Amino acid sequence: MADGNAHVAAKSFYEEGTTKKSTGITSWLFSTDHKRIGLMYLVTITAFFFVGALFGVLMRLELMAPGETIMGAQEYNTLFTLHGVIMIFLFIIPGIPAIFGNFFLPLQLGAKDVAFPRLNLLSYWIYLIGSVLVILSLFMQGGPIDTGWTFYVPYSVRTTTSVSLPLFAAFVLGFSSILTGLNFIVTIHRMRAPGMNFFRMPLFGWSIYATAWIQVIATPVVGITILLVIIERSFGVGIFDPALGGDPILFQHLFWIYSHPAVYIMILPAMGVVSEIIPTFSRRTIFGYTPIAMSSLAIAFVGYLVWAHHMFTSGMSDTSRVIFSLLTYIVALPSGVKVFNWVATMYKGSIDPKPPFLWVMSFVFLFSIGGLTGLVLGSITADIHVHDTYFVVSHFHYVMFGGTGTIVFAALYYWFPKMFGKMYNIKWANINALFYIIAFNVLYFPKFIMGYQGMPRRYYDYLPEFADLQMLSTIGSWIMFATLVSIFLNLYLAIKKGKKAHNNPWGGVTLEWQTSSPPPLLNFDREITVNHEPYDFSQLKELDYESK
Amino acid sequence: MSQSNGAVVNQLHRDDLGAKLGMWVFLFTEVLLFGGMFLVYAVYRFQFSDLFKLAALELNTGLGTFNTIVLLTSSLTMVLAIVAIQKNKKNLSLFYLASTIGFALIFMVVKYFEWSAKFSHGIYPGSEELLNRQNGEILFFGLYFVMTGLHAFHVIIGVIIIAVLMVFVYKNKIVHDNYVKLENGGLYWHLVDLIWIFLFPLFYLIH
Amino acid sequence: MEHVNTEHKTHSHGYGIYVLVWLALIALTSITVTVAGVDFGKLALPIALFIAAVKSALVINYFMHIKFEEPIFKVFLLLSGTTLLVIFILTFFDVFYR
Repeated sequence: MADGNAHVAAKSFYEEGTTKKSTGITSWLFSTDHKRIGLMYLVTITAFFFVGALFGVLMRLELMAPGETIMGAQEYNTLFTLHGVIMIFLFIIPGIPAIFGNFFLPLQLGAKDVAFPRLNLLSYWIYLIGSVLVILSLFMQGGPIDTGWTFYVPYSVRTTTSVSLPLFAAFVLGFSSILTGLNFIVTIHRMRAPGMNFFRMPLFGWSIYATAWIQVIATPVVGITILLVIIERSFGVGIFDPALGGDPILFQHLFWIYSHPAVYIMILPAMGVVSEIIPTFSRRTIFGYTPIAMSSLAIAFVGYLVWAHHMFTSGMSDTSRVIFSLLTYIVALPSGVKVFNWVATMYKGSIDPKPPFLWVMSFVFLFSIGGLTGLVLGSITADIHVHDTYFVVSHFHYVMFGGTGTIVFAALYYWFPKMFGKMYNIKWANINALFYIIAFNVLYFPKFIMGYQGMPRRYYDYLPEFADLQMLSTIGSWIMFATLVSIFLNLYLAIKKGKKAHNNPWGGVTLEWQTSSPPPLLNFDREITVNHEPYDFSQLKELDYESK
Repeated sequence: MSQSNGAVVNQLHRDDLGAKLGMWVFLFTEVLLFGGMFLVYAVYRFQFSDLFKLAALELNTGLGTFNTIVLLTSSLTMVLAIVAIQKNKKNLSLFYLASTIGFALIFMVVKYFEWSAKFSHGIYPGSEELLNRQNGEILFFGLYFVMTGLHAFHVIIGVIIIAVLMVFVYKNKIVHDNYVKLENGGLYWHLVDLIWIFLFPLFYLIH
Repeated sequence: MEHVNTEHKTHSHGYGIYVLVWLALIALTSITVTVAGVDFGKLALPIALFIAAVKSALVINYFMHIKFEEPIFKVFLLLSGTTLLVIFILTFFDVFYR
């Protein structure tokens, strides 16, 4: 028995797979190992992230100067639609759950894999099919979609561009998201190591759990909405088209019933990652474990009650506008619970500002700006002034990119040594963090000002008085893109010729740091039993870790 | 415990409760999928209540009732197939499963005649006859075709699932002490029934 | 939370109870069809939905076995049911007052 274990420990999951051959492309594409699936998501999602970012840079180039710069109105419509579709459906929604959830949830639970490994592979395949459909739709008859990522009717029913295929792609991607969520729910309920009850589960697990429920319960609603639009386009059935008695505002309700909770699919896992990184780099147990765990569930639930704050100017009833505005403010409560507990965790901690921690600090800064400007948008009167302006665009880039996007990088820096067994250049990573936060604010902060001054979103042209700020924002986009390339170059070089990483380079105490880097196929070379809290740093005395 | 191949471990790992939990979570997604359509129905029925009544008169209540009974009976035979396998009566279980498929097919045939009757009266999506009517009626028939159509699609999927389950029972992959697949297939089938329980009064019984 | 080979707890009921439930369902179907013929005015829809709810409760509890499953299944069911209800109510704040 002991010999067998030693044998298993020697081989990492790169050397031993679930397929017959353990190297080559098929050993990845047909692997049911959650770690390999997580890495496949990492590669695919990163590729699409760069495509989406490139589209963003092109849009900024067009907006560099007034008038037509590099493209016309129709091309610009296509670009902002694709930028939105790719960034939302292909990058930010699957981002943290599919990459880091897949890789680290079973590790943190002390499990050998997720509950349904084959279903897990299937959801990756469905994701891949969906993304291929998005790409294919660009070359369909009628030209690429130009509706904006929100697909609002009646325009999406009437436009002659290719709308049905990208809509179907979104449906397929939603299905992938649902299956991932389903898998995580059952994994968390059934696969925890002996002794790990719900309240000994790392907070990342809690946030994934809350996210998974949103994925499962909310996604079908947008699925059917999308399907109805496709049916309406294909067969001329009267459902949303006002000419046939349909109600376009009802479409907006259905769309946001999913798409608002979807912003919590994006941000909750990010908050979970923050709750992992802050204790590790403060060497202190998390302050208020239970409130943070419960606030994840609370955000998930309250997230269902606020969708119509996207629709204050749509013409819905005044009663519901007041109700949704009120409910919107309630979301701030559980979010605040998290932030205060994070700060309290750091208080009197022994803070070690390594790259993951610096990125988390960037998150706190950027996400706070995003969150506070959200309050402006949540109040009806202010919203009417800035609705559909750059103010909104800036707000959701601060929360989505500045929030979740930043944490994708934080998580990558945090778990990279575990995933690849290599360490990246720390100094380089620190410089990247600095450039990132500068580039981010140069790129997006001018948009708050422009939006407040009345610059509407989704226009390829603008009045001359916005020229300076637009130029500034465009320059920001160049710095940002260079920083993004630099981030991935650093990581790529680390994979190629980085130093071998310690099994526990940061001194973390959750279970993923108690196995080798990279982990063996079945994650641990021993049976795991848990008998303490997840962030009990007194364990560090017995654990092996890399000290400064 | 020193398994060197993950695939082997995956097969050894058996968790019936987890499997059922997963199935239920999947069923919720179906409920919410149809829930979205019921929401559309509710809003339009509220906005066009009189026209919905007018349009509903053209549906055949008799056929609808007949189909309801057929589907309820198929749910019964489905659950009896599980009882039979629990009692280790393989052939009886196969018989019940075959009857379930039989009832499902009857349901589909009746549906076919219902739809073709509508088509022959010129009522189908985008038809001139329909477009000349009032908005509420267009919406009613639009929803009628989409909702019963999507439900019928689920019936077809259900038939395929039950057919696969029959193969499993036949090949002894589903046996008296390991039948969670059959239970999960049954859960899916009952959901199809459940949705019809609501579709029936909402479309056929408005007077 | 042992998760190795959680064997089935069988609740074998025999055929009888399921046939009874089926008879109840058929009976409720005939009631709802009959009642639809009577003019209850505004009450017609609530009555029809109530009967449908009773029928689905029977299907969920017996055919789908929820009555005999562990509490977590009921929690899940409640959760998704509540969400659906909330979505309906909040949407109608718009539609009803528009």
